[in-house]
Amino acid sequence: MIVSEPTPITEEAVSAAVDAALAAVASATDSATLKQVRAEHTGERSTLARLNGELRNVAPELKAPLGKLVGQARGRVNQAFSAREQELVLEEENARLAAETVDVTAVATAYRPGARHPLTLLQERVSDVFVGMGWEIAEGPEVESEWFNFDALNFDADHPARAMQDTFFIDPVDSHLVLRTHTSPVQIRALLERELPVYVLAPGRTYRTDELDATHTPVFSQFEGLAVDKGLTMAHLRGTLEHAARTLFGDEAKIRLRPSYFPFTEPSAELDLWHPTFSGGARWIEWGGCGMVHPNLLRAAGIDPEVYSGFAFGMGLERTLMFRSDVQDMRDMVEGDIRFSQQFGMVV
Amino acid sequence: MRIPLSWLAEFVEFAPGTTPEDVHAALVRVGLEEEDIHRVELSGPIVVGEVLDFVEEPQKNGKTIRWCQVRVAPEGETAADGGESVHGIVCGAGNFLVGDKVVVTLPGAVLPGPFPIAARKTYGHVSDGMIASSRELGLGDEHDGILRLVELGLGDAEVGSDAIALLGLDDSAVEINVTPDRGYAFSIRGVAREYAHATGAAFTDPAEAFSRPPAREGGYPVSIQDSAPIRGRAGASVFVARTVRGVDVSKPTPMWMSSRLRLAGIRSISLPVDITNYVMLELGQPIHGYDLGALRGGIVVRRAAPGEHLTTLDGQNRALDPEDLLITDDSGPIGLAGVMGGASTEIGSTTTDVLIEAARFDPVSIARTARRHKLPSEASKRFERGVDPNVASNAADRVAELLVELAGGRVDEETTAIDDAEQPSSISLPDGYVSRIVGFEAERDETIAALREIGCTVDDSEPDLSVVAPSWRPDITERADLAEEVARILGYDRIPAVLPVAPPGRGLTPAQVIRRRVADALAAWGATEVLAYPFVAAEQNALFGAPDGDTPESVRVANPLDATVPFLRTSLLPGLLAVASRNTSRGLTDLTVFEAGTVFRPARGRSYGQRVLPSAVGRPSAEELAKLQDGIPPQPRHVGVVSLGNRLPKRAGEPAVPAGLADVLAAVRVIALATGVRIDVAQGRHHAFHPGRTAVLSVGGALIGYAGELLPAVALDADLPRTVAALELDLDAVIAAAPTTIDASPIAVMPAATQDLSLVVEQRVAAAAVLAAVREGAGDLLEDIRLVDDYRGAGLEEGTKSLTFALRFRSNDHTLTAAEASEAKLAGAALAGSRFGATIRE
Repeated sequence: MIVSEPTPITEEAVSAAVDAALAAVASATDSATLKQVRAEHTGERSTLARLNGELRNVAPELKAPLGKLVGQARGRVNQAFSAREQELVLEEENARLAAETVDVTAVATAYRPGARHPLTLLQERVSDVFVGMGWEIAEGPEVESEWFNFDALNFDADHPARAMQDTFFIDPVDSHLVLRTHTSPVQIRALLERELPVYVLAPGRTYRTDELDATHTPVFSQFEGLAVDKGLTMAHLRGTLEHAARTLFGDEAKIRLRPSYFPFTEPSAELDLWHPTFSGGARWIEWGGCGMVHPNLLRAAGIDPEVYSGFAFGMGLERTLMFRSDVQDMRDMVEGDIRFSQQFGMVV
Repeated sequence: MRIPLSWLAEFVEFAPGTTPEDVHAALVRVGLEEEDIHRVELSGPIVVGEVLDFVEEPQKNGKTIRWCQVRVAPEGETAADGGESVHGIVCGAGNFLVGDKVVVTLPGAVLPGPFPIAARKTYGHVSDGMIASSRELGLGDEHDGILRLVELGLGDAEVGSDAIALLGLDDSAVEINVTPDRGYAFSIRGVAREYAHATGAAFTDPAEAFSRPPAREGGYPVSIQDSAPIRGRAGASVFVARTVRGVDVSKPTPMWMSSRLRLAGIRSISLPVDITNYVMLELGQPIHGYDLGALRGGIVVRRAAPGEHLTTLDGQNRALDPEDLLITDDSGPIGLAGVMGGASTEIGSTTTDVLIEAARFDPVSIARTARRHKLPSEASKRFERGVDPNVASNAADRVAELLVELAGGRVDEETTAIDDAEQPSSISLPDGYVSRIVGFEAERDETIAALREIGCTVDDSEPDLSVVAPSWRPDITERADLAEEVARILGYDRIPAVLPVAPPGRGLTPAQVIRRRVADALAAWGATEVLAYPFVAAEQNALFGAPDGDTPESVRVANPLDATVPFLRTSLLPGLLAVASRNTSRGLTDLTVFEAGTVFRPARGRSYGQRVLPSAVGRPSAEELAKLQDGIPPQPRHVGVVSLGNRLPKRAGEPAVPAGLADVLAAVRVIALATGVRIDVAQGRHHAFHPGRTAVLSVGGALIGYAGELLPAVALDADLPRTVAALELDLDAVIAAAPTTIDASPIAVMPAATQDLSLVVEQRVAAAAVLAAVREGAGDLLEDIRLVDDYRGAGLEEGTKSLTFALRFRSNDHTLTAAEASEAKLAGAALAGSRFGATIRE
């Protein structure tokens, strides 16, 4: 008869090992300590591992009950360690995040505030309104021939209207070059270069010999519209201007036409804008000039005024910006003080 | 043009209570733009007084005052201020006598200023009012003493009567802006007619009101001998002359006349001159009066002969141009026709006989002479715009009558009347034409009525109307003009709003889109857009217009506002530096500003423009158009950036980052990104830039600009700190190279292998060149390469540097082995070695 050795796997021994392990789990306060005690209590040299190893030596009929005893104990211990580990990792991550807190209002960034100039932004805005109607944006040179700036626009060489334009002439004067006094020469260029019908807007820089003050600048900008097609009337002129006015100044905006004179239009009109959100209260404001393209201008471009008619209009961009954005002094637009552009950023 | 309302009311009916503002509003409706309202801001009681007595009292301050007893109401009556009929008044002036009638401002009155009058203690008396001077009443600038009514011919004024009405100070004038086509609105006659159009009020034509039966011929001999008409038009087409003899030129101008002249903005000079001005304002016909006694023989109207001179009324001796139209007599030139009279025949204090000239001179001739001699006068202003040729005779008669009435004398029965005026021709107005232009249905009846209202003669016997414009509207020459007249009489308010449908547009051009993107990108990157004036000095163009000190060609303005900057910019940098300096002077010292704008770059050795321009009557020939276009100097768009101070300011926990070369090179990258164009950067030279910190920029091998730090001396010259970084490039050239489409490469997804490579080269070798060699040598497997270090110093041979590159390799069909990556890397190093002697640093 084989007398078996008494096995060390006892309920007491297992229970003691489990209790010791759970006590160690409870006493660990950080994940590093926990990792260390976990090795002590579940590692190869731990009591439970040793007891597990003894299972090889127990009688076959005892393997099942003792195996279950040891297995459940190890399971319990491992579960306790895992749960505690999760808990500690979470706590530690939270502590770390808390420690990483900064004042978001004081973070140093590499950002610099840049800005567009509101005049160029407004020019783009106006252009988009007309592009939206199917118009195209036409351009021309700033040093321009008098033929385009005056002659072809029905400004007779000796007509007082020509002298009224306060022109900068290019040296020598008999070269007949000027700094364009308006964007109107682009009208002629468009009619000479493009196929009919023509619907173009010509924004750009213009020059007159006015000294700089709160309401004048020798270098300014205009936008000029021209439409030449069959059957155009002053009603189309008004419709176009009203659409532009409403798009730029809100649905309450409207326009008014008053008889006037320009060499390149007949009939001619002054254009007033009803500005519904003007800073001093809604009111009529002089906005520009307009009219039906003068037959002589069509003739100068080789277009038969009996077949085609057209309308044209021109407004000052500086003036438009002044009453649209409540700019009080023209000098702010030309001096280049960065604070002026930076008020607008990239929005006008 | 200023219109005294009492004058206007003589020819057009005013509704009761009509204010100057109402008149403005009415005139605006028919196209006469409002400018201003003129009136003397004063209120009574201001009365006529008589100086009964005064005592002169010397004062300690050296002045002598007069303590006056002034009757301000008829004896026994209460004065207008409720006081006694005789007031004691202290007066500082000494130019009056006992018995003089004067203007007394009584307590309670307010003079222009405002200057309220009250009884006040002064010089030991209570001064119960004030004796007024012309200036205090707003009548003129004279302040030599008080106003003596006898000097105005008002010595008979009744004591105690209202002086405000007496002096016409209750009248006011509206000022309107007259457009260049409406010469006739430079007259009361024209404005009254327009007011009638606007309001429907009854209008009396003053030309007809003063119409007189024709006088006998045989007046002063006048002939028109224009040997060189301008544009085929004789210099004078109408010349009326009348003679008035025995006038007393010393008579004062009556108050009603001088008051209206004053309100109209014309100074009273002498009775004869005032009368001619008065009639000019009333009828729009400039009048010239000659001292008949000073004339020598008959008058000849002719062009100036070479070398002729004339002393004009303003005392200037003027050299005459053969194109100038003259009034001459046997003595030679006696007037610059329609512009200014001559001194030799001027009406003076000894004049007794006067010759009146009312003529119609050619607008172009007058305009040229007035401009040539810089003599814009009231007369030339009217002649240039066209004077009604049919009003001359009435105007001459009106002047003659006024002279007789106000200065005595008698009119010769004989008159001179030359009339070769072209009468307006008939304009055909097709049925329905007006409606087709104005966009609303202008009925035939109302069209005809509107045209007749403005004075046209309308023949409506055919469907198409036949219209003759009135003689005072030389601006109406074609049917479009008639359409405007009908539209303004019927009212522009009738024009409806109809949105036209344009054919499908192509949107912004690629160039327009790119320009916007460049500006937006620079702003988003941190630069602020500014717009500088393009006017510069020659030195500024020399400094920035060319890289080598070679003065570039530039465009010069003939009439600059500021003579120190007569040239147009060849570079954006002078403007940007001036802007930068203005900002730093305002305490804004950390700056990155940019401008995208035009520069003016004429080519060397050629001239622009042309002496003779083609006609604009029809489309010029293709050849003429090409010549016009070729005559325009090149005006490319550039982009300029100037950066100084700190690119990034000192921040919490971070030091400031100063602006410099890196900043503008970053801007180059921003522009390259926004345009889609590869911009090459190489070491370069520019005489305004730092010799060692300048990059030359090119696209496809063509130079497009410079980026770098300015020479410290240049920066200091611009009142800026020593380090200023600047960039300028030709944006048009970049845009011309911009791709229209981009072909995409497939994105390889196999794992990448990264390796570093350090190469030792001589310091003078550009990193970019080494990088390019490595890239080329490494071949297709090299996906990305960046310079990550530039080391100089210990461990390296003198004069060399170690460049470290980070390389990323990838194949698009398999996972690279380290050996494959190394092989490619070594191939790159080998090419750098053969090109630049680069050796691998172990």
